[in-house]
Amino acid sequence: MTESTSKGTSETADQSESAAVMAAPAIEAPLAILAELTHRCSFQCPYCSNPLEMEKKEKELDTKTWCRVIDEAVEMGMHQIHFSGGEPTLRDDLEQLVEHATQAGLYCNLITASSPRLDEDRLRRLGELGLEHVQLSFDDVEAENANRIGGAKGGHERKLLTAAWVKACGLPLTVNAVMHRQNIHHIKEMIDMAVELGAARLEVAQVQYYGWALKNRAAFIPTPAQLDKTTKIVEEARERLKGKLVIDYVIPDYYAKRPKVCMGGWGRRFVNISPSGLALPCHAAETIPELEFDSVKDHSLAWIWENSPAFQRFRGTDWMPDPCRSCDRKEIDWGGCRCQAYALTGDAANTDPACELSPFHEKIFGMAEKEAEEEAPEFIYRRFGVTFNTPH
Amino acid sequence: MTDRVLISGDTVPKLPSHVKLRFNKQRDQWVVLAPERLLVPDETSLVILQRLDGEACVSTIAGELAEKYAAPAEVIEKDIIELLQGLADKGFIVS
Repeated sequence: MTESTSKGTSETADQSESAAVMAAPAIEAPLAILAELTHRCSFQCPYCSNPLEMEKKEKELDTKTWCRVIDEAVEMGMHQIHFSGGEPTLRDDLEQLVEHATQAGLYCNLITASSPRLDEDRLRRLGELGLEHVQLSFDDVEAENANRIGGAKGGHERKLLTAAWVKACGLPLTVNAVMHRQNIHHIKEMIDMAVELGAARLEVAQVQYYGWALKNRAAFIPTPAQLDKTTKIVEEARERLKGKLVIDYVIPDYYAKRPKVCMGGWGRRFVNISPSGLALPCHAAETIPELEFDSVKDHSLAWIWENSPAFQRFRGTDWMPDPCRSCDRKEIDWGGCRCQAYALTGDAANTDPACELSPFHEKIFGMAEKEAEEEAPEFIYRRFGVTFNTPH
Repeated sequence: MTDRVLISGDTVPKLPSHVKLRFNKQRDQWVVLAPERLLVPDETSLVILQRLDGEACVSTIAGELAEKYAAPAEVIEKDIIELLQGLADKGFIVS
């Protein structure tokens, strides 16, 4: 049995099948589509992976176009759809999209931070229409700190309610714990909370530094000592909770020896559609200025997957410089993260500096470690969307 | 939170409602779909997974497959338990 992750954020090395029976065009279809329905959100998380320039509501794709994109994804052989954002539950047509995707044969996952538009009735309806799984993010176990981080008054309380509703509707719950230096001391309590909330899965995700998170890196990056302590606690909990709670653990790749397998390889496993319809090889791809993206408004998904220059640019191994080119791991990690290579070295075609073979690795590691030791600066908040106390 | 599912001969295993064994027409391939995971069963695993109906216990299934494939039931039962315990620990099998 081979196992793949259907979202690009996990560390799991992808050794999926290559059951290409056909001889000719060899670009295998992606496994999953990430549908970023909107950039609007009730929260203002300073670690958000959305681009700094967000797309306005008026530019969002309409229901009909999303349905066409879903049909095209199925036609290509994709398995799963992740409804994400921004906050996907701020779209009034989420029900229609879940129903359409389910009937077309996709496995539907909702990635939410909670919102004023998500309550028990709506969750139950979504479950009836075919939603299979809910992934809910948390910022801390203490409301005050959580709401300071998420920048939303009453946000933590709403998340707790939402978790209870998810369970009441019989939907499986994954708790997504976004960890960094401002909450990492509560990792043990976060694990306990996931158990208490009845989650079957916990994703302990250290902040990854692009988009808003890179802007706020000094406020987030933990020290290597904090990270080691966290890793020990997670490993102990994994053993103790075996068969009860599955824990996925993503370390900040600044402190890794090898880069993460970003998106399972560029243009290889996933396609991300932005709220306005741009097809991106990953949700942060717009941070790379040299890339131009095609829209699902102008082309079919299959055409984009095979022909869009943005997807071709870093697909496979031909683009790689050394040390990647001669590395025996080049078809394991696919050179790591292109967005991070651009953000930290100024050239998206460089080896991801998270790799210790990168000539930039030492310098960047030193810089981040220094930031981690200094006092944390104030957050720069991502403000875009409705708040919990604002009528809409 | 539920207790760990321990698979033995008496266990009646099944896929939880949110884990789907599906045939992908476009790829001509069976897959197990779970939250953020995708499993591609090999031929043996597929035969076992297809037999899970929430009624038959592991020993019954092992007996049937032993007959069908002319192999010792104890060996098959051991293989089934190993496969299903691994899946149960990831939340892909319940009893």
